[in-house]
Amino acid sequence: MQTTDYTKNKDLKTESFGCGNLACPGCGETIAMRGVLNALDGDAVIVIPACCGSIIDGLFPFSKARVPVLHTPFATAASTAAGVLHGLRRRGNKHTTVVAWAGDGGTYDIGLQALSSTVERNEDFLYICYDNEAYMNTGIQRSSSTPLLAWTTTTPEGDLKKAPKKNIIDIMSAHRIPYSAAATVAYPDDLVAKVRRAKSTPGSKFVNILAPCPTGWKSKPSLSVKISRLAVRSNVYPLYEVFDGERLVLRDNPDPVPVGKYMELQGRFHGLSEQEVELVQRHVDHAWEQLRKRADEII
Amino acid sequence: MRALITGNEAVSTAVRLARVELIAAYPITPQTSISEKLSQYCSEGTLDADFVKVESEHSAMATVIGAASTGVRTFTATSSQGLALMHELLHWSSGARLPIVMANVNRALGAPWNIWGDQSDSLAQRDTGWLQFYCESCQEVLDTTLMAFAVAERVNTPVMVMLDGFILSHTAEPVQIPEPDAVDSLLGGGPSPPALVDPENPRTLHAVTSPDHFMEFKHHQFQAAAGAEKVSVEVAEEFGKIFGRNYPGTEEFMCGDAETILVASGTAAGTVRHVVRKYREQGKKVGMMRVRMFRPYPFDEVRRIVSGAKRVAVLERAISPGSEGTMAQELRSAAYSAGGGPQVYDFVAGLGGRDIVPEDIERMLELVENGADKLQRVNWLGLKE
Ligand SMILES: Cc1ncc(C[n+]2csc(CCOP(=O)(O)OP(=O)(O)O)c2C)c(N)n1
Ligand SMILES: [Mg+2]
Repeated sequence: MQTTDYTKNKDLKTESFGCGNLACPGCGETIAMRGVLNALDGDAVIVIPACCGSIIDGLFPFSKARVPVLHTPFATAASTAAGVLHGLRRRGNKHTTVVAWAGDGGTYDIGLQALSSTVERNEDFLYICYDNEAYMNTGIQRSSSTPLLAWTTTTPEGDLKKAPKKNIIDIMSAHRIPYSAAATVAYPDDLVAKVRRAKSTPGSKFVNILAPCPTGWKSKPSLSVKISRLAVRSNVYPLYEVFDGERLVLRDNPDPVPVGKYMELQGRFHGLSEQEVELVQRHVDHAWEQLRKRADEII
Repeated sequence: MRALITGNEAVSTAVRLARVELIAAYPITPQTSISEKLSQYCSEGTLDADFVKVESEHSAMATVIGAASTGVRTFTATSSQGLALMHELLHWSSGARLPIVMANVNRALGAPWNIWGDQSDSLAQRDTGWLQFYCESCQEVLDTTLMAFAVAERVNTPVMVMLDGFILSHTAEPVQIPEPDAVDSLLGGGPSPPALVDPENPRTLHAVTSPDHFMEFKHHQFQAAAGAEKVSVEVAEEFGKIFGRNYPGTEEFMCGDAETILVASGTAAGTVRHVVRKYREQGKKVGMMRVRMFRPYPFDEVRRIVSGAKRVAVLERAISPGSEGTMAQELRSAAYSAGGGPQVYDFVAGLGGRDIVPEDIERMLELVENGADKLQRVNWLGLKE
């Protein structure tokens, strides 16, 4: 795997996503944005629907991005990006990566129809979902990406999320798109490699990036990267890629930690009984086993 | 060249002649044949455009927003439920100041389901910041669609062109097809919208804007829409010089000395004109005003036309439940804005494609001239007992 430690870039003037943005401390979205833009060598147009990302970049007249940013309504990340793509290509620009940059709400929920249609047509663009597992911008409401038994303001105590997290990679790879992948901010080399692979693949690419949200997950801002790593180490969030909807390449996790280690750092899981944590563990183990069985290659 | 074509074919022909570069559209009766024809043009190469086959009207408008932001000329078409589904993006595209052109084939909105013509779909979008033009003939549809691109690109504001479902969309009439060179001379020979999204010159567009700045954005947009009246008249004059066909924003038919002016828009105007002619032969002082440009609303022009009349009767092909007809609201506001003004009566007819026949217009005239005391705020014509 290529080692491109984007975090070593200390020259903020050459960063595509500059300092001084409006994110909460410890925000996973900004780490993800920085990684993605650096992986694309700053040659990108970013289309952002309503989400925390539409605030973080800055309020008019400020913007932290050094690439074009087009803000667009909530459900339209993919369809607006498709329009930008066609426009740029018709204008003779064959190199810039058009990126739809949406939260889990804009991807798993309200934007899913447009996303499905855009990738079904195999439009040559990169869809990034920074996945913080709830509607954070409106103040922590559940989305279909919110995990089993998590607290949000709409899955309050006594009525915690009953359905497990929707598997968006399954949905995307069922469209047989050239490339879909799961990444997270604790593994920057992996993230950058996946985005580079996506950039060099023609057609529709989808990368889901688990992006911890200290505000919504009720976790310490200083622990975002650690929590992101524990998500992978506990098999809650396996890192894998699916090529052409078929070939599945899984990053192995030989010595998994119990899910409790991941959950205990987050207030959104506080107060769960042993049995409830055990239920989550069973779900995670089952999903991991399924994934291993399906994998064509385990690396 | 003269050809026998439908209103929908007139739209597709205009879009081809305008050398549109990107189309995104979704099927809905009675618009569908516009998209079908355009997709045929694109696949056979008679139009060099990308046709993006989206999964909804919401995505259609989002896609043209994305493309128009890069500076390419864009088009979409819809009707009724499709236009309603686009509503969020109608505001967005006009706020983003994108010169998108759309044809809306007027059709009623459910419930209950109805595929036939009335204007409640587009009139309900009057506050979205889109300019709106209502057509009466297939020729006018073709010509207005061409002019729409010129207007949209000069004022950086999207334009909607309306044609009545079936009555115009599916009725063939002889239409003069402009020569491509002549169209190029109107539209500048090529695309001109600004490339707002440009990797060589990165900008952030439509970011969250605080109360400190938001009103100025909206004021700019408001001024541009108001200024579009003058620009539309200029474009129509240029069009007249090139093609010899003239389109005032508001049509006056025998209004000069009229005591009663009937107001109509779309194809119903043809029926009204017929009745006015007949009454004039009997020596009655009747005229018709046809609303062509509805956004921007030509307040001064409308006031000038109706101010000499004793009474005005507005024929509406739409309703606003709990209020009155949209056309009447606008007309009252224009007619009374300088004090005085004629008595304004409001009539609803032809909803969901019900025919508006000469007898309806005659009854309307009879009521306002001899039975005004029996009239209500909104009066329904042709209603079954
Ligand atoms: C049509 C529409 N409905 C609702 C909203 C309100 N809204 C803005 S952002 C948001 C949640 C976004 O959630 P997600 O996509 O997960 O991004 P996050 O805020 O978590 O980063 C909602 C519900 C909106 N802007 N538009
Ligand atoms: Mg979210």
